[in-house]
Amino acid sequence: MSNPQQLRYSKEHEWLSALDDGVATIGITEYAANALGDVVYAQLPEVGDTVTAGETCGELESTKSVSDLYSPVTGEVTAANQDVVDDPSLVNTAPFEGGWLFKVRVAQEPDDLLSADAYTEFSGN
Amino acid sequence: MSTAPRLTPLDATHRSLGATMTDFAGWDMPLRYASERDEHNAVRTRAGLFDLSHMGEIAVTGPQAAAFLSYALVGNIATVGTGRARYTMIVAEDGGILDDLIVYRLGENTYMVVANAGNAQVVLDALTERVGGFDAEVRDDRDAYALLAVQGPESSAVLKAVTDADLDGLKYYAGLPGTVAGVPALIARTGYTGEDGFELFVAPEHAEGLWKALTEAGAPHGLVPCGLSCRDTLRLEAGMPLYGHELTSALTPFDAGFGRVVKFEKEGDFVGREALRAAADRAGTTPPRKLVGLVARGRRVPRAGFPVVAGAGGQVVGEVTSGAPSPTLGKPIAMAYVDPAYAEPGTEGVAVDIRGTHEPYEVVALPFYKREK
Repeated sequence: MSNPQQLRYSKEHEWLSALDDGVATIGITEYAANALGDVVYAQLPEVGDTVTAGETCGELESTKSVSDLYSPVTGEVTAANQDVVDDPSLVNTAPFEGGWLFKVRVAQEPDDLLSADAYTEFSGN
Repeated sequence: MSTAPRLTPLDATHRSLGATMTDFAGWDMPLRYASERDEHNAVRTRAGLFDLSHMGEIAVTGPQAAAFLSYALVGNIATVGTGRARYTMIVAEDGGILDDLIVYRLGENTYMVVANAGNAQVVLDALTERVGGFDAEVRDDRDAYALLAVQGPESSAVLKAVTDADLDGLKYYAGLPGTVAGVPALIARTGYTGEDGFELFVAPEHAEGLWKALTEAGAPHGLVPCGLSCRDTLRLEAGMPLYGHELTSALTPFDAGFGRVVKFEKEGDFVGREALRAAADRAGTTPPRKLVGLVARGRRVPRAGFPVVAGAGGQVVGEVTSGAPSPTLGKPIAMAYVDPAYAEPGTEGVAVDIRGTHEPYEVVALPFYKREK
Protein backbone atom coordinates (compact mmCIF):
# COMPACT_ATOMS: atom_id res chain seq x y z
CA MET A 1 0.00 0.00 0.00
CA SER A 2 1.15 3.55 -0.40
CA ASN A 3 0.27 6.67 1.50
CA PRO A 4 -0.61 9.59 -0.79
CA GLN A 5 2.14 12.22 -0.89
CA GLN A 6 -0.21 15.22 -0.79
CA LEU A 7 -1.64 14.23 2.60
CA ARG A 8 -0.27 14.70 6.09
CA TYR A 9 -0.62 12.14 8.84
CA SER A 10 -1.05 11.80 12.60
CA LYS A 11 0.45 9.15 14.83
CA GLU A 12 -3.13 8.02 15.57
CA HIS A 13 -3.25 6.94 11.89
CA GLU A 14 -5.46 9.71 10.59
CA TRP A 15 -4.77 11.57 7.40
CA LEU A 16 -5.40 15.24 6.73
CA SER A 17 -5.76 16.87 3.31
CA ALA A 18 -4.24 20.16 2.24
CA LEU A 19 -6.46 23.06 3.29
CA ASP A 20 -9.15 24.14 0.87
CA ASP A 21 -10.36 27.58 1.93
CA GLY A 22 -9.24 26.77 5.47
CA VAL A 23 -11.01 23.40 5.53
CA ALA A 24 -9.21 20.05 5.80
CA THR A 25 -10.68 16.65 4.94
CA ILE A 26 -9.87 13.91 7.46
CA GLY A 27 -9.91 10.13 7.32
CA ILE A 28 -8.04 7.10 8.60
CA THR A 29 -5.14 5.52 6.77
CA GLU A 30 -5.20 2.28 4.86
CA TYR A 31 -2.90 0.84 7.50
CA ALA A 32 -5.45 1.68 10.20
CA ALA A 33 -8.34 0.36 8.12
CA ASN A 34 -6.53 -2.94 7.58
CA ALA A 35 -5.74 -3.21 11.27
CA LEU A 36 -9.40 -2.68 12.17
CA GLY A 37 -10.80 -5.20 9.71
CA ASP A 38 -14.27 -4.75 8.24
CA VAL A 39 -15.70 -1.50 9.62
CA VAL A 40 -19.40 -1.99 10.37
CA TYR A 41 -20.34 1.20 12.17
CA ALA A 42 -19.02 4.74 12.13
CA GLN A 43 -20.01 7.33 14.67
CA LEU A 44 -18.73 10.63 13.29
CA PRO A 45 -18.68 14.11 14.82
CA GLU A 46 -21.61 16.30 13.78
CA VAL A 47 -21.51 19.48 11.74
CA GLY A 48 -20.96 22.38 14.12
CA ASP A 49 -19.09 20.30 16.71
CA THR A 50 -15.76 21.60 17.87
CA VAL A 51 -13.05 18.96 17.74
CA THR A 52 -9.69 19.15 19.48
CA ALA A 53 -6.40 17.81 18.15
CA GLY A 54 -5.55 14.50 19.79
CA GLU A 55 -8.95 14.06 21.41
CA THR A 56 -11.64 11.54 20.57
CA CYS A 57 -14.52 12.70 18.41
CA GLY A 58 -16.24 9.48 17.40
CA GLU A 59 -15.77 5.76 17.02
CA LEU A 60 -15.22 3.14 14.39
CA GLU A 61 -16.53 -0.32 15.08
CA SER A 62 -15.29 -3.42 13.31
CA THR A 63 -16.07 -7.11 13.61
CA LYS A 64 -13.55 -7.63 16.34
CA SER A 65 -13.26 -4.31 18.12
CA VAL A 66 -14.20 -0.70 18.55
CA SER A 67 -11.69 2.11 18.13
CA ASP A 68 -11.88 5.71 19.13
CA LEU A 69 -11.68 8.22 16.34
CA TYR A 70 -9.28 11.09 17.01
CA SER A 71 -9.17 14.45 15.36
CA PRO A 72 -5.70 15.38 14.10
CA VAL A 73 -6.53 19.11 14.29
CA THR A 74 -8.58 21.58 16.31
CA GLY A 75 -11.50 23.37 14.70
CA GLU A 76 -15.15 23.28 13.75
CA VAL A 77 -16.66 20.36 11.87
CA THR A 78 -18.12 21.51 8.55
CA ALA A 79 -19.12 18.12 7.11
CA ALA A 80 -19.45 14.46 8.04
CA ASN A 81 -19.41 11.78 5.36
CA GLN A 82 -22.96 10.41 5.24
CA ASP A 83 -21.84 7.83 2.66
CA VAL A 84 -19.60 6.24 5.31
CA VAL A 85 -22.38 6.31 7.89
CA ASP A 86 -24.61 4.50 5.38
CA ASP A 87 -21.90 2.14 4.15
CA PRO A 88 -19.00 1.91 6.61
CA SER A 89 -17.15 -0.55 4.35
CA LEU A 90 -16.02 2.49 2.34
CA VAL A 91 -13.43 3.00 5.07
CA ASN A 92 -11.90 -0.34 4.06
CA THR A 93 -12.30 -0.12 0.30
CA ALA A 94 -11.34 3.55 -0.22
CA PRO A 95 -9.78 4.93 2.97
CA PHE A 96 -8.06 7.83 1.21
CA GLU A 97 -10.95 8.72 -1.08
CA GLY A 98 -14.66 7.89 -0.74
CA GLY A 99 -14.01 6.66 2.80
CA TRP A 100 -13.11 10.11 4.17
CA LEU A 101 -14.78 10.78 7.52
CA PHE A 102 -15.24 14.47 8.28
CA LYS A 103 -14.09 17.99 7.39
CA VAL A 104 -12.82 20.60 9.80
CA ARG A 105 -12.34 24.37 9.49
CA VAL A 106 -8.89 24.34 11.02
CA ALA A 107 -8.32 26.72 13.93
CA GLN A 108 -5.11 25.12 15.07
CA GLU A 109 -3.01 22.23 14.03
CA PRO A 110 -0.32 20.45 16.02
CA ASP A 111 3.25 20.72 14.83
CA ASP A 112 3.90 16.99 14.86
CA LEU A 113 1.91 15.95 11.78
CA LEU A 114 3.91 13.64 9.55
CA SER A 115 4.71 13.67 5.86
CA ALA A 116 3.75 10.64 3.79
CA ASP A 117 7.30 9.30 3.92
CA ALA A 118 7.61 9.89 7.66
CA TYR A 119 4.25 8.20 8.27
CA THR A 120 5.23 5.23 6.12
CA GLU A 121 8.31 4.85 8.24
CA PHE A 122 6.32 5.34 11.47
CA SER A 123 3.67 2.76 10.64
CA GLY A 124 6.00 0.39 8.84
CA ASN A 125 3.61 0.46 5.90
CA MET B 1 8.02 -22.04 29.96
CA SER B 2 8.43 -20.36 26.62
CA THR B 3 6.01 -17.61 25.77
CA ALA B 4 6.73 -17.75 22.04
CA PRO B 5 3.48 -18.53 20.22
CA ARG B 6 3.09 -22.00 18.78
CA LEU B 7 2.94 -22.28 15.01
CA THR B 8 0.72 -24.67 13.10
CA PRO B 9 2.14 -26.80 10.26
CA LEU B 10 0.41 -24.34 7.91
CA ASP B 11 2.14 -21.24 9.24
CA ALA B 12 4.15 -20.60 6.07
CA THR B 13 1.00 -21.05 3.98
CA HIS B 14 -0.89 -18.44 6.00
CA ARG B 15 1.95 -15.96 5.68
CA SER B 16 2.25 -16.49 1.95
CA LEU B 17 -1.50 -15.78 1.70
CA GLY B 18 -0.99 -12.49 3.55
CA ALA B 19 -3.08 -13.50 6.55
CA THR B 20 -3.51 -11.17 9.51
CA MET B 21 -2.34 -13.35 12.38
CA THR B 22 -3.49 -13.27 15.98
CA ASP B 23 -2.52 -14.91 19.23
CA PHE B 24 -5.16 -17.43 20.24
CA ALA B 25 -4.64 -19.62 23.30
CA GLY B 26 -0.89 -19.42 22.82
CA TRP B 27 -1.04 -20.19 19.11
CA ASP B 28 -0.28 -17.84 16.24
CA MET B 29 -3.42 -18.30 14.15
CA PRO B 30 -4.88 -16.66 11.05
CA LEU B 31 -7.49 -14.08 12.08
CA ARG B 32 -8.48 -13.30 8.49
CA TYR B 33 -6.95 -13.38 5.04
CA ALA B 34 -8.85 -10.45 3.54
CA SER B 35 -12.35 -9.33 4.53
CA GLU B 36 -13.76 -11.41 7.40
CA ARG B 37 -17.27 -10.59 6.20
CA ASP B 38 -16.49 -12.05 2.76
CA GLU B 39 -15.05 -15.14 4.45
CA HIS B 40 -18.16 -15.48 6.60
CA ASN B 41 -20.46 -15.16 3.58
CA ALA B 42 -18.38 -17.69 1.62
CA VAL B 43 -19.03 -20.30 4.33
CA ARG B 44 -22.76 -19.49 4.40
CA THR B 45 -23.18 -19.64 0.62
CA ARG B 46 -20.25 -21.66 -0.83
CA ALA B 47 -17.30 -23.05 1.14
CA GLY B 48 -14.46 -22.00 3.41
CA LEU B 49 -11.17 -23.66 4.37
CA PHE B 50 -9.92 -23.37 7.95
CA ASP B 51 -6.72 -24.33 9.74
CA LEU B 52 -7.78 -25.57 13.17
CA SER B 53 -4.54 -27.29 14.08
CA HIS B 54 -4.54 -25.59 17.46
CA MET B 55 -7.32 -27.91 18.67
CA GLY B 56 -6.13 -30.50 21.20
CA GLU B 57 -6.41 -34.20 20.31
CA ILE B 58 -6.21 -36.77 23.09
CA ALA B 59 -6.31 -40.51 22.35
CA VAL B 60 -8.05 -42.86 24.75
CA THR B 61 -7.59 -46.57 24.14
CA GLY B 62 -7.99 -49.88 25.92
CA PRO B 63 -10.59 -52.47 26.90
CA GLN B 64 -12.21 -50.08 29.38
CA ALA B 65 -11.88 -46.93 27.28
CA ALA B 66 -15.66 -46.51 26.97
CA ALA B 67 -16.31 -47.08 30.66
CA PHE B 68 -13.50 -44.70 31.54
CA LEU B 69 -14.82 -41.89 29.32
CA SER B 70 -18.32 -42.34 30.69
CA TYR B 71 -16.81 -41.89 34.15
CA ALA B 72 -14.56 -38.95 33.24
CA LEU B 73 -17.09 -37.00 31.11
CA VAL B 74 -20.73 -36.04 31.62
CA GLY B 75 -22.04 -37.90 28.55
CA ASN B 76 -22.86 -41.55 28.08
CA ILE B 77 -19.89 -42.35 25.87
CA ALA B 78 -20.57 -46.10 26.01
CA THR B 79 -23.55 -45.54 23.67
CA VAL B 80 -21.50 -43.87 20.93
CA GLY B 81 -21.25 -46.26 18.01
CA THR B 82 -18.02 -46.92 16.17
CA GLY B 83 -17.57 -44.25 13.51
CA ARG B 84 -19.78 -41.80 15.36
CA ALA B 85 -19.05 -38.67 17.39
CA ARG B 86 -20.64 -37.02 20.41
CA TYR B 87 -20.66 -33.45 21.72
CA THR B 88 -20.04 -33.56 25.46
CA MET B 89 -18.41 -31.77 28.38
CA ILE B 90 -15.90 -32.44 31.12
CA VAL B 91 -16.57 -30.93 34.54
CA ALA B 92 -14.68 -30.58 37.79
CA GLU B 93 -15.82 -32.37 40.96
CA ASP B 94 -17.88 -29.24 41.80
CA GLY B 95 -19.69 -29.45 38.46
CA GLY B 96 -17.95 -26.45 36.89
CA ILE B 97 -17.31 -26.85 33.17
CA LEU B 98 -13.65 -27.53 32.34
CA ASP B 99 -14.25 -27.74 28.60
CA ASP B 100 -16.68 -28.76 25.91
CA LEU B 101 -15.46 -31.63 23.76
CA ILE B 102 -16.15 -33.77 20.76
CA VAL B 103 -15.45 -37.46 21.32
CA TYR B 104 -14.96 -39.61 18.22
CA ARG B 105 -15.20 -43.37 18.51
CA LEU B 106 -12.67 -44.55 15.95
CA GLY B 107 -12.78 -48.25 16.82
CA GLU B 108 -14.14 -50.71 19.34
CA ASN B 109 -11.67 -49.57 22.02
CA THR B 110 -10.25 -46.44 20.40
CA TYR B 111 -11.49 -42.92 21.01
CA MET B 112 -10.24 -39.46 20.16
CA VAL B 113 -11.18 -36.59 22.44
CA VAL B 114 -10.89 -33.14 20.87
CA ALA B 115 -10.51 -30.27 23.33
CA ASN B 116 -10.28 -26.52 22.85
CA ALA B 117 -6.72 -25.28 22.42
CA GLY B 118 -6.83 -23.22 25.59
CA ASN B 119 -8.10 -26.13 27.68
CA ALA B 120 -6.25 -29.06 26.14
CA GLN B 121 -3.71 -29.30 28.95
CA VAL B 122 -6.41 -29.09 31.62
CA VAL B 123 -8.40 -31.81 29.89
CA LEU B 124 -5.33 -33.98 29.41
CA ASP B 125 -4.39 -33.60 33.08
CA ALA B 126 -7.92 -34.38 34.24
CA LEU B 127 -8.20 -37.46 32.04
CA THR B 128 -4.77 -38.68 33.11
CA GLU B 129 -5.74 -38.28 36.74
CA ARG B 130 -9.13 -39.95 36.30
CA VAL B 131 -7.90 -42.97 34.32
CA GLY B 132 -6.43 -44.63 37.42
CA GLY B 133 -8.21 -47.93 38.10
CA PHE B 134 -9.41 -48.34 34.51
CA ASP B 135 -7.82 -50.64 31.97
CA ALA B 136 -7.37 -47.75 29.55
CA GLU B 137 -4.64 -45.42 28.37
CA VAL B 138 -4.69 -41.66 27.83
CA ARG B 139 -2.24 -40.31 25.26
CA ASP B 140 -1.41 -36.74 24.32
CA ASP B 141 -1.88 -36.66 20.53
CA ARG B 142 -1.76 -32.89 20.10
CA ASP B 143 1.37 -33.05 17.97
CA ALA B 144 0.15 -36.03 15.97
CA TYR B 145 -2.44 -34.11 13.96
CA ALA B 146 -3.02 -31.07 11.87
CA LEU B 147 -6.72 -30.24 11.53
CA LEU B 148 -8.23 -28.69 8.42
CA ALA B 149 -11.92 -27.93 8.08
CA VAL B 150 -13.97 -27.45 4.93
CA GLN B 151 -17.28 -25.82 5.84
CA GLY B 152 -20.21 -24.59 3.81
CA PRO B 153 -22.95 -25.90 1.49
CA GLU B 154 -20.38 -26.73 -1.21
CA SER B 155 -18.03 -28.55 1.15
CA SER B 156 -19.22 -32.00 0.12
CA ALA B 157 -18.69 -31.21 -3.55
CA VAL B 158 -15.23 -29.83 -2.82
CA LEU B 159 -14.18 -32.86 -0.83
CA LYS B 160 -15.56 -35.34 -3.35
CA ALA B 161 -13.07 -34.00 -5.87
CA VAL B 162 -10.18 -35.23 -3.72
CA THR B 163 -11.49 -38.36 -2.02
CA ASP B 164 -13.24 -41.61 -2.89
CA ALA B 165 -14.58 -41.94 0.65
CA ASP B 166 -18.33 -42.43 0.95
CA LEU B 167 -19.24 -38.89 1.99
CA ASP B 168 -22.93 -39.34 1.27
CA GLY B 169 -22.97 -42.20 3.76
CA LEU B 170 -21.18 -40.09 6.35
CA LYS B 171 -23.80 -38.58 8.65
CA TYR B 172 -23.56 -35.44 10.75
CA TYR B 173 -21.42 -36.24 13.80
CA ALA B 174 -19.82 -39.26 12.18
CA GLY B 175 -16.20 -39.90 11.24
CA LEU B 176 -14.34 -42.45 9.18
CA PRO B 177 -10.73 -43.08 8.22
CA GLY B 178 -10.05 -42.50 4.54
CA THR B 179 -7.70 -41.05 2.00
CA VAL B 180 -7.97 -37.40 1.00
CA ALA B 181 -5.75 -36.00 -1.76
CA GLY B 182 -3.57 -39.07 -1.46
CA VAL B 183 -2.93 -38.83 2.29
CA PRO B 184 -4.49 -40.76 5.16
CA ALA B 185 -7.07 -38.72 7.04
CA LEU B 186 -9.78 -39.08 9.62
CA ILE B 187 -12.77 -37.53 7.87
CA ALA B 188 -15.40 -36.21 10.27
CA ARG B 189 -18.68 -34.53 9.44
CA THR B 190 -18.46 -31.99 12.21
CA GLY B 191 -17.95 -28.27 12.48
CA TYR B 192 -18.51 -25.05 14.32
CA THR B 193 -20.16 -22.89 11.70
CA GLY B 194 -23.81 -23.95 11.49
CA GLU B 195 -23.22 -25.28 7.97
CA ASP B 196 -22.62 -28.71 6.54
CA GLY B 197 -18.93 -29.42 6.60
CA PHE B 198 -16.02 -31.70 7.28
CA GLU B 199 -13.04 -31.75 9.59
CA LEU B 200 -9.95 -33.56 8.39
CA PHE B 201 -7.37 -34.81 10.88
CA VAL B 202 -4.07 -35.56 9.14
CA ALA B 203 -0.41 -35.98 10.01
CA PRO B 204 1.27 -32.55 10.28
CA GLU B 205 3.60 -33.27 7.38
CA HIS B 206 0.59 -33.69 5.10
CA ALA B 207 -1.12 -30.45 6.07
CA GLU B 208 0.41 -28.20 3.41
CA GLY B 209 -0.24 -30.62 0.57
CA LEU B 210 -3.83 -31.15 1.68
CA TRP B 211 -4.42 -27.40 2.03
CA LYS B 212 -3.15 -26.90 -1.51
CA ALA B 213 -5.25 -29.74 -2.91
CA LEU B 214 -8.40 -28.45 -1.20
CA THR B 215 -7.71 -24.92 -2.39
CA GLU B 216 -7.47 -26.15 -5.97
CA ALA B 217 -10.45 -28.48 -5.71
CA GLY B 218 -12.46 -25.71 -4.09
CA ALA B 219 -11.69 -22.96 -6.57
CA PRO B 220 -14.56 -23.83 -8.96
CA HIS B 221 -16.90 -23.87 -5.94
CA GLY B 222 -15.87 -20.49 -4.60
CA LEU B 223 -13.93 -21.85 -1.61
CA VAL B 224 -11.79 -19.27 0.18
CA PRO B 225 -9.37 -19.53 3.11
CA CYS B 226 -11.06 -18.46 6.33
CA GLY B 227 -9.68 -17.19 9.62
CA LEU B 228 -10.77 -17.32 13.23
CA SER B 229 -12.62 -14.01 13.00
CA CYS B 230 -15.32 -15.42 10.73
CA ARG B 231 -15.30 -18.71 12.64
CA ASP B 232 -16.40 -16.68 15.66
CA THR B 233 -19.22 -14.86 13.86
CA LEU B 234 -20.33 -18.11 12.18
CA ARG B 235 -20.60 -20.01 15.47
CA LEU B 236 -22.25 -17.02 17.16
CA GLU B 237 -24.96 -16.87 14.50
CA ALA B 238 -25.42 -20.63 14.93
CA GLY B 239 -25.85 -20.16 18.70
CA MET B 240 -22.87 -22.37 19.52
CA PRO B 241 -21.13 -21.70 22.83
CA LEU B 242 -17.45 -20.79 23.11
CA TYR B 243 -15.45 -21.74 26.16
CA GLY B 244 -14.36 -18.67 28.10
CA HIS B 245 -17.51 -16.87 26.95
CA GLU B 246 -20.73 -18.87 27.31
CA LEU B 247 -18.99 -21.71 29.16
CA THR B 248 -16.70 -21.25 32.17
CA SER B 249 -15.55 -23.17 35.21
CA ALA B 250 -17.93 -21.02 37.29
CA LEU B 251 -20.94 -22.53 35.50
CA THR B 252 -22.31 -26.06 35.50
CA PRO B 253 -23.85 -27.34 32.26
CA PHE B 254 -27.28 -26.70 33.86
CA ASP B 255 -26.45 -23.06 34.58
CA ALA B 256 -25.28 -22.69 31.01
CA GLY B 257 -28.47 -24.18 29.58
CA PHE B 258 -26.68 -27.29 28.34
CA GLY B 259 -28.01 -29.69 30.96
CA ARG B 260 -29.04 -32.04 28.16
CA VAL B 261 -25.42 -33.20 27.73
CA VAL B 262 -25.41 -34.59 31.30
CA LYS B 263 -26.59 -38.21 31.36
CA PHE B 264 -27.50 -39.21 34.92
CA GLU B 265 -29.05 -42.42 33.64
CA LYS B 266 -25.73 -43.87 32.45
CA GLU B 267 -24.17 -46.86 34.12
CA GLY B 268 -21.75 -46.21 36.95
CA ASP B 269 -20.60 -43.10 38.75
CA PHE B 270 -19.06 -40.13 36.99
CA VAL B 271 -17.01 -37.14 38.05
CA GLY B 272 -19.25 -34.31 39.17
CA ARG B 273 -22.42 -36.40 39.48
CA GLU B 274 -23.36 -35.22 42.96
CA ALA B 275 -22.74 -31.54 42.24
CA LEU B 276 -24.55 -31.78 38.91
CA ARG B 277 -27.55 -33.46 40.51
CA ALA B 278 -27.76 -30.55 42.92
CA ALA B 279 -27.33 -28.08 40.07
CA ALA B 280 -30.12 -29.77 38.12
CA ASP B 281 -32.45 -29.61 41.15
CA ARG B 282 -31.52 -25.98 41.77
CA ALA B 283 -32.17 -25.10 38.12
CA GLY B 284 -35.59 -26.71 38.44
CA THR B 285 -36.65 -24.69 41.48
CA THR B 286 -34.81 -21.39 41.09
CA PRO B 287 -33.96 -21.00 37.43
CA PRO B 288 -30.54 -19.41 36.89
CA ARG B 289 -29.86 -16.71 34.34
CA LYS B 290 -30.73 -17.95 30.90
CA LEU B 291 -28.63 -17.85 27.75
CA VAL B 292 -30.54 -15.84 25.14
CA GLY B 293 -29.98 -14.15 21.83
CA LEU B 294 -30.03 -10.37 21.48
CA VAL B 295 -30.53 -8.55 18.20
CA ALA B 296 -29.69 -4.87 17.94
CA ARG B 297 -32.21 -2.26 16.94
CA GLY B 298 -29.31 0.12 16.36
CA ARG B 299 -25.86 -0.35 14.92
CA ARG B 300 -23.49 -0.30 17.89
CA VAL B 301 -21.97 -3.67 18.67
CA PRO B 302 -22.18 -5.33 22.08
CA ARG B 303 -19.03 -7.06 23.33
CA ALA B 304 -18.35 -9.72 25.95
CA GLY B 305 -18.78 -8.34 29.45
CA PHE B 306 -21.16 -5.50 28.60
CA PRO B 307 -24.12 -5.26 31.02
CA VAL B 308 -27.63 -6.07 29.85
CA VAL B 309 -30.05 -3.58 31.40
CA ALA B 310 -33.80 -3.15 31.57
CA GLY B 311 -36.44 -0.72 32.70
CA ALA B 312 -36.38 3.01 33.17
CA GLY B 313 -33.78 2.75 35.91
CA GLY B 314 -31.43 0.75 33.75
CA GLN B 315 -31.21 -2.05 36.27
CA VAL B 316 -28.60 -4.66 35.35
CA VAL B 317 -30.37 -7.91 34.42
CA GLY B 318 -27.60 -9.79 32.66
CA GLU B 319 -24.30 -9.79 30.85
CA VAL B 320 -23.20 -10.20 27.25
CA THR B 321 -20.96 -13.25 26.69
CA SER B 322 -20.29 -12.83 22.95
CA GLY B 323 -21.22 -10.11 20.52
CA ALA B 324 -20.44 -9.18 16.94
CA PRO B 325 -21.89 -7.61 13.85
CA SER B 326 -23.77 -10.44 12.14
CA PRO B 327 -23.02 -10.57 8.41
CA THR B 328 -26.08 -12.75 7.78
CA LEU B 329 -28.57 -10.60 9.72
CA GLY B 330 -26.87 -7.34 8.81
CA LYS B 331 -26.99 -6.07 12.38
CA PRO B 332 -25.20 -6.59 15.67
CA ILE B 333 -26.09 -9.70 17.66
CA ALA B 334 -25.06 -11.09 21.02
CA MET B 335 -25.46 -14.02 23.32
CA ALA B 336 -26.08 -13.05 26.93
CA TYR B 337 -27.06 -14.54 30.25
CA VAL B 338 -30.14 -12.71 31.54
CA ASP B 339 -32.45 -13.02 34.53
CA PRO B 340 -35.31 -15.43 33.72
CA ALA B 341 -37.84 -12.58 33.90
CA TYR B 342 -36.21 -11.02 30.82
CA ALA B 343 -35.38 -14.22 28.92
CA GLU B 344 -38.62 -14.69 27.02
CA PRO B 345 -38.29 -13.87 23.29
CA GLY B 346 -39.96 -10.55 22.59
CA THR B 347 -39.40 -9.17 26.10
CA GLU B 348 -39.72 -5.39 25.88
CA GLY B 349 -37.39 -2.80 27.29
CA VAL B 350 -34.12 -4.72 27.22
CA ALA B 351 -30.96 -2.81 26.34
CA VAL B 352 -27.21 -3.29 26.32
CA ASP B 353 -25.04 -0.73 28.07
CA ILE B 354 -22.55 0.13 25.34
CA ARG B 355 -19.99 2.44 26.84
CA GLY B 356 -22.57 4.28 28.91
CA THR B 357 -25.39 4.42 26.37
CA HIS B 358 -28.34 2.05 26.70
CA GLU B 359 -28.83 0.67 23.21
CA PRO B 360 -32.17 -1.13 22.70
CA TYR B 361 -31.99 -4.84 21.93
CA GLU B 362 -34.57 -7.46 21.07
CA VAL B 363 -34.55 -10.76 22.99
CA VAL B 364 -34.73 -13.71 20.60
CA ALA B 365 -34.47 -17.48 20.84
CA LEU B 366 -31.19 -19.08 19.81
CA PRO B 367 -29.87 -19.78 17.26
CA PHE B 368 -29.91 -16.62 15.16
CA TYR B 369 -29.31 -18.68 12.05
CA LYS B 370 -30.29 -22.20 11.05
CA ARG B 371 -29.38 -23.64 7.70
CA GLU B 372 -32.01 -25.14 5.45
CA LYS B 373 -31.56 -28.88 5.18
